[in-house]
Amino acid sequence: MIIAGSTSVQPFIEKVAEHFMEKYPGIRINVQGGGSTAGIQATLNGTCDVGASSRNLKPSERGLKVILISLDGIAVIVHPENAIAELTVEQIRDIFAGRMTDWEELGGFKKEIIPVTREEGSGTRASFEEMIMGEEAISDACLVQDSNGAVREIIATTPQGIGYISVGLVDEREKAIAINGVKPTIDNLLTDRYHFSRPFLLLVREEPSGEAKKFIDYTLSPEGQEILAGSGLIPVNRVTAD
Amino acid sequence: MKDKIAEKVLLVVALSAILSLVLITFFIFQQGIPLIFKAGLANFLSIKWAPTSGSFGILSMVIGSLLVTIGALAVGIPFGLAGAIFLAEFSSSTIQKTLKPIIELLAGIPSVVFGFIGIVILVPFIRNTFGGPGFSVLAASIILGIMILPTIVSISYDALLAVPTSYREGSYALGATKWQTVVMVLIPAARSGIVAGIILGMGRDIGEKMAVIMIAGNALKIPGSIFDSVRTLTSTIALELGYAAGDHRAALFACGSILFLIIIMLNIVATRITGRK
Repeated sequence: MIIAGSTSVQPFIEKVAEHFMEKYPGIRINVQGGGSTAGIQATLNGTCDVGASSRNLKPSERGLKVILISLDGIAVIVHPENAIAELTVEQIRDIFAGRMTDWEELGGFKKEIIPVTREEGSGTRASFEEMIMGEEAISDACLVQDSNGAVREIIATTPQGIGYISVGLVDEREKAIAINGVKPTIDNLLTDRYHFSRPFLLLVREEPSGEAKKFIDYTLSPEGQEILAGSGLIPVNRVTAD
Repeated sequence: MKDKIAEKVLLVVALSAILSLVLITFFIFQQGIPLIFKAGLANFLSIKWAPTSGSFGILSMVIGSLLVTIGALAVGIPFGLAGAIFLAEFSSSTIQKTLKPIIELLAGIPSVVFGFIGIVILVPFIRNTFGGPGFSVLAASIILGIMILPTIVSISYDALLAVPTSYREGSYALGATKWQTVVMVLIPAARSGIVAGIILGMGRDIGEKMAVIMIAGNALKIPGSIFDSVRTLTSTIALELGYAAGDHRAALFACGSILFLIIIMLNIVATRITGRK
């Protein structure tokens, strides 16, 4: 069985597939990348059995069964000592574009802002650019780290820092701020009040059957959801048909 | 007969080592060079690096690599040389026997540990003392400078010991003090060994990625001072290879090709200076 698509979903699906294959030794799953668009196309024309996408389908891509397996929320985080608890999208954009350089301009302490971003090619960076930056480029002056964990480590130890990571990975050493007044809690994410998340989807051409159904059921089962939650995603247990 | 077999086996082993080097070299250049032509030399040598949107300028990273390397040498050479001189000329054999293995043990500490010490101690210190993000040219230079100490100390020490005793005796006979002997006779005589140690240390600096990624901050902007963040060629490859595809991946191999050329040049210089054929 071949699963292909989003490189952001790929590592999580690989993990689930690993456990799945332990449980069902007879089934071999081959997880491939290629990107969401490639995954959707491959599912449509039958090149893969199950597609993976980290974005919703466009109207031109309708006709697939869409299974939401989890949400990956993106939280903007600062150091707990930072008095700022809320920013607007525009303010965050100004910070990462390099226009806003002191916390004082935002009503915080008088310290230089140290923005931390992810490396070129990162899916999290791509989502952040899409959801917050719009057409604007992230400034070259931002520090760059190559994982959620590394960004978190810098923010946790740098009072002036600001960065973005998956919601599930925020812990007590840093503070997730509210964006446009909405906090990135699981409730707000599930009710779609906090918009800064992307869905992780599995796609099939028709009502899943056989191995594909087994795998999808496993991913949505408490065991599968636990694996996803353990990797920092927000588990959901809902099936939507499109 | 047995000798013959052993000889052939060793020959095959030696050849396979050379073959893998050739293959690696070929692979890196074959993957990287086409992109330089595709993007154009002007693009490749510009300062704008945004490989997912068609800008492949490596200049700021080359400058970053050079700055960090020079900084590390500025830290490593004085301390390394001083350590070697002390060990070779001013210490008893007991101290030598204790200190030298300890210094060499420094080479065995994984770079991630150095990076961690940098994050926990050095970066906050620099941030609180001098301002800026703390993740800086200075932090990377100090940590790398410490990392190359064992190389510089041991090679310089060996070079100093290799200076014939007659040189020292001649110098003392002319009324020179111990310090004058070291500065005016021993260091010039041991020069080629010392320089070789420095160049080997430089090679380690340019190639080091783990510690640098952790403490240099990796901002693409060319640093305005030693308290600013900096990005090196090696860290770019290590940071971005995970998700890179297509031209982006090729651009990272192009960075690798440039790095490869720099290291080869350093090795050639080192070989020339030490007079090894």
